[in-house]
Amino acid sequence: MNETGHLIHKYLRSSKKFPHIWCAGCGIGIFMQALLRVIDQLGYSKDDIVLVSGIGCSGRLPVYVDFNTLHTTHGRALTFATGIKLAKPRLKVITVMGDGDAVAIGGNHLIHTARRNVEIASFVINNHVYGMTGGQCSPTTPYRARTTSSPYGNLEPDFDICRLTEAAGAAFIARSTVYHTHLLDQLIGKALKKKGFAMVEVVSQCVTYSGHWLGLRSPVEMMNWQRDNAIPVEKARGLGETELKGKIVTGVLVDREIPTYHEEYKKLLSVKV
Amino acid sequence: MRKVTQKLVLLQGNEACVKGAIMAGCRFFAGYPITPATEVMEIMAQELPKAGGVFIQMEDEIASLGAVIGASLAGTKSMTATSGPGFSLMQENIGFACMAEVPCVIVDVMRAGPSTGLPTQPSQSDVMQARWGTHGDHPIIALAPSSVYEFLELTIQAFNLSERYRTPVIVLVDEVVAHMREGVVLPAKKDIEVEERPQPTVPPEWFIPYGDPGTGVPPMPPFGEGYRYHVTGLYHDVRGYPTTRQDEVEPLIRRLFSKISKDFNRLQWFDSFYTEDARITVIAYGCVARAALRAVKEAREKELKVGLIKLKLLWPFMRRTITEVLENSQKVLVPEMNIGQISREVKRVNQGRCEVVTINKVNGTLIAPREILKTLEEMYP
Repeated sequence: MNETGHLIHKYLRSSKKFPHIWCAGCGIGIFMQALLRVIDQLGYSKDDIVLVSGIGCSGRLPVYVDFNTLHTTHGRALTFATGIKLAKPRLKVITVMGDGDAVAIGGNHLIHTARRNVEIASFVINNHVYGMTGGQCSPTTPYRARTTSSPYGNLEPDFDICRLTEAAGAAFIARSTVYHTHLLDQLIGKALKKKGFAMVEVVSQCVTYSGHWLGLRSPVEMMNWQRDNAIPVEKARGLGETELKGKIVTGVLVDREIPTYHEEYKKLLSVKV
Repeated sequence: MRKVTQKLVLLQGNEACVKGAIMAGCRFFAGYPITPATEVMEIMAQELPKAGGVFIQMEDEIASLGAVIGASLAGTKSMTATSGPGFSLMQENIGFACMAEVPCVIVDVMRAGPSTGLPTQPSQSDVMQARWGTHGDHPIIALAPSSVYEFLELTIQAFNLSERYRTPVIVLVDEVVAHMREGVVLPAKKDIEVEERPQPTVPPEWFIPYGDPGTGVPPMPPFGEGYRYHVTGLYHDVRGYPTTRQDEVEPLIRRLFSKISKDFNRLQWFDSFYTEDARITVIAYGCVARAALRAVKEAREKELKVGLIKLKLLWPFMRRTITEVLENSQKVLVPEMNIGQISREVKRVNQGRCEVVTINKVNGTLIAPREILKTLEEMYP
């Protein structure tokens, strides 16, 4: 059996009615395959993985895969994940969110879960738009971009998710695109193994609603754009702000050792009160 | 010398709530500070580590209930406590817990609303929010203690009902009962009945997560024990997968209601006082029931035939009990610290059968026994 066949048969739910909801050319499927590939390589038991999502196109990911899966309310994936992790620390808790999910409605939860350093591997699939509801602008939509809710151009500057979580104190922060699948695999692996809160921004494309503001019309053009505009962080460190404008800095941006909430709580339990 | 087997302790209502929760097996609390519920969180922060449980202060009430639901899915009995404004924020995830059938307990210490309202003063104005606060048709269970001991007792019962029916249960308590201190005889462990959520009796490959086993309540294995299944707030089929099929959507919502409504006759929780020959019956709950009992006793001294039904369960509304009251009384009096939330239900059940009088006090102060007594005298047939 080839690798994809192996992943499909081992991890996709045979009892789930397919097809999935994603458009042809969407990046979420690429991410899902990468996630399954890395989970398989690392040898986790399916029983030990809890996959939690919020609302939106990315929110539908858990239903297709054979883990303990939870599709929560919009923006709240990290709060449910926090409860699961603290109640049963031996479980590997993973969250998948979109950009609107993670940094608009769920922004507060993202910064506080990062600050608290709950051991969760979180993945933010950033396609710069609200896809499921029909292409409205999100906090990561570029300035001036025309969307269905910014018909005259987006008036707001966009969020840098990695810098936000860095300031909030996350233990591990990285960025890849769905084009750079080898890098994506490496970063997913590092995030899964990290003792502490890990956030990986996965720059993706919404083939139906984003990219047109850059004149990109097809999934291939959008992925080529990711290829041409990504700069490894090692290289980016020597460049100035103007040279980095519009570029996607990829790789491990932050990796630091901080005690997790659970470790701190365990210490509390060992103190005689 | 008499052997002391049970200890009398002086407890605040919020403290009694924590004791009840821990007795019921609660081992996870997530919350956010809010007057007048904060003591529940503070005491949980002190007591849960000692009991081997987990306490966490979250960034808001939305996150608090999210964490509570997550912990419950992992198999831990979990709760949170809040007041009106925080209760409003929790409505989103209360709906999730109804839909996904995740047991959890939410204590709402009522203060006067709307909005920030009267943070330090009592009220009973969240009765309808508890019933209909989250969007969509859904069943809900809400309990209303009227003493410190009852707060302990009903918190245990809240966990039991929540586990039995796999549904969020709300303890609707007012600021008076939450902050009052009373002597309480703590129940011995052997005297407490503690229920656990139903567990599957079949191996994982045979397990249908949202199938009806006949009781209306599907078994709920915790995450991480080999039963891998999907949990969602979307309408789902018996396997838990999202669906829009009409033949799957309607049976789900019907089952969510019927799993509780089939037990309506069992869910009649009240205390009655002097009701046998009562011409007027007072229907009250929470701190108002205390004033009502005093008023009824004083009225009896004046040889007025009046009685009291003290509601301990507000939702589902005890139609059977109230119907009996309405059939056996000439008039009923419903005093409440709101604009008329339970009296509205009483009138709905009454359908013109007998005269329903209300006292609605909404100035942040208690309804005094003399106010109830005065009304009883005025309306006495």
